[in-house]
Amino acid sequence: MNGFKITINKKVFSLKNERKEGKILIFKDLEFTIKKGEFLSLFGPSGCGKTTLLNIISGLDKDYNGHIQPWSKTFQKVNKEDISRKYSFSNISYMFQNPRLFPWLSTIENIKYPIKKQRNADKIANDLLKKVGLEKYKNQYPNRLSGGMQRRVAMARAFAPNPNILLLDEPFISLDKKISNSLRKLLLQLWKRNKPIIIFVTHDLDEAIELADRILFLSNIPSTILLDYAINLKRPRNQDNKNFISLKRLLSSATKSKKK
Amino acid sequence: MNTILKNEIFRRFISIVFLILLWEIISKIIGDKIILPSPNDVGESIKYHALNDLFHHVSITLVRVFIAFFLAMVIGSAIGILMGRRKKLDDYLDGWLILALNVPALVTIILCFIWFGLNEVAAVLAVAINKIPTVTVILREGTKAIDERLVQVGKLYNKSRFEIIKDIIVPQLFPYFISAARSGLALIWKIVLVVELLGRSNGVGFKINEFFSMFDTTSILAYTLVFVLIIMSIEWLLVKPTEKKLTEWRL
Repeated sequence: MNGFKITINKKVFSLKNERKEGKILIFKDLEFTIKKGEFLSLFGPSGCGKTTLLNIISGLDKDYNGHIQPWSKTFQKVNKEDISRKYSFSNISYMFQNPRLFPWLSTIENIKYPIKKQRNADKIANDLLKKVGLEKYKNQYPNRLSGGMQRRVAMARAFAPNPNILLLDEPFISLDKKISNSLRKLLLQLWKRNKPIIIFVTHDLDEAIELADRILFLSNIPSTILLDYAINLKRPRNQDNKNFISLKRLLSSATKSKKK
Repeated sequence: MNTILKNEIFRRFISIVFLILLWEIISKIIGDKIILPSPNDVGESIKYHALNDLFHHVSITLVRVFIAFFLAMVIGSAIGILMGRRKKLDDYLDGWLILALNVPALVTIILCFIWFGLNEVAAVLAVAINKIPTVTVILREGTKAIDERLVQVGKLYNKSRFEIIKDIIVPQLFPYFISAARSGLALIWKIVLVVELLGRSNGVGFKINEFFSMFDTTSILAYTLVFVLIIMSIEWLLVKPTEKKLTEWRL
């Protein structure tokens, strides 16, 4: 996968309430590109359509005006078929905000699910299980695992198909700091093996700076890109580092002034 | 004594012994076989009928129960799942379903005999038709409760529609299948007896009618007891273990 460009001319979200029926414009003329092997963070206030954007890229949400183009030498030519049929990626994976594990499958079977038909599925799943440190829980059902462990299983499942593109939707939200720190390290480790394109949604600026090659700052709805910033800090990045702190200050003041 | 009472199996056992004792005492007080024969009389009667045609009639009834049960589960589940998945279909069929739920079993049975004649097909069909609406209602509720977020996981990984149904939808419906099966078995065998009484010349229902005309209460209880025990063992040996196996992932 050599990167892609996404153009959303218009995305409307219909609200269905008992009394009212309303429509909210979420995106208008949003466009950006992603390069091969890039770790992109989407940062923005809650309710600005970050999850909706991931659902559109994943192909789960096809109800929008716009198109996705896989990378070619130029993005000049728009393939008409891609627009009308909605291009969908063949090898994409998604780690949802809620782990979404199948409660009737054991840990190992959950990890194996995306690649069940492959001959080496067992080997891949066992290898990932080891990487996330849950060998002991191989045959446990997800309901018996802690929240942090469930996220680790979900992460292993997301990497199982060896995806070209991996979407992550605030995967470490509502976990205590120690656990989310270790999960972030784990994510970087797994990413470095085959370097898929990662799109990581967060509303925690520290997290975005620690992980990403590039951060897209989104505004409130209708959502536009406030700032597109490449992070040049060396990994591993420490949140207490001087450069880290000054960059964080710079970014938060820059985006604040833009909002006005 | 207290330590023995803490054992669950013992408590269940003692409750059955108590029931038999109570039966014995009441039958002694009444002292009339036609009203209430004693447990001993019924036991003897089972022995007697077992040597004659008891198992012939019981097996005929069991076959009818199973065919009707199977038909009702398959057809009822299919309709229920479709109604749960398709809102429009649900709107169209909901009224029919309520109507079907409220038609008395006796009416369905008699209509089936009038329309299809006094034969085996009509008998089994009448029973199945009685049970289909309840299975449909249970499975429709189950289908509406399906977690769409898990279905999305299957879609994301390019699973076919069939694979999604088999691996994601059906497992979520297991508790509903079990519940429909359990209530179904209990209801169906009772309706089968009515069908046999009205329009068949064999089976437990036919025999009970025969004993009724002779006021042979002992034989009626003997046949009933044997059949209830069989249905109970199906519940214990088949339904319960299956349920345990299929839902052990629940906390």
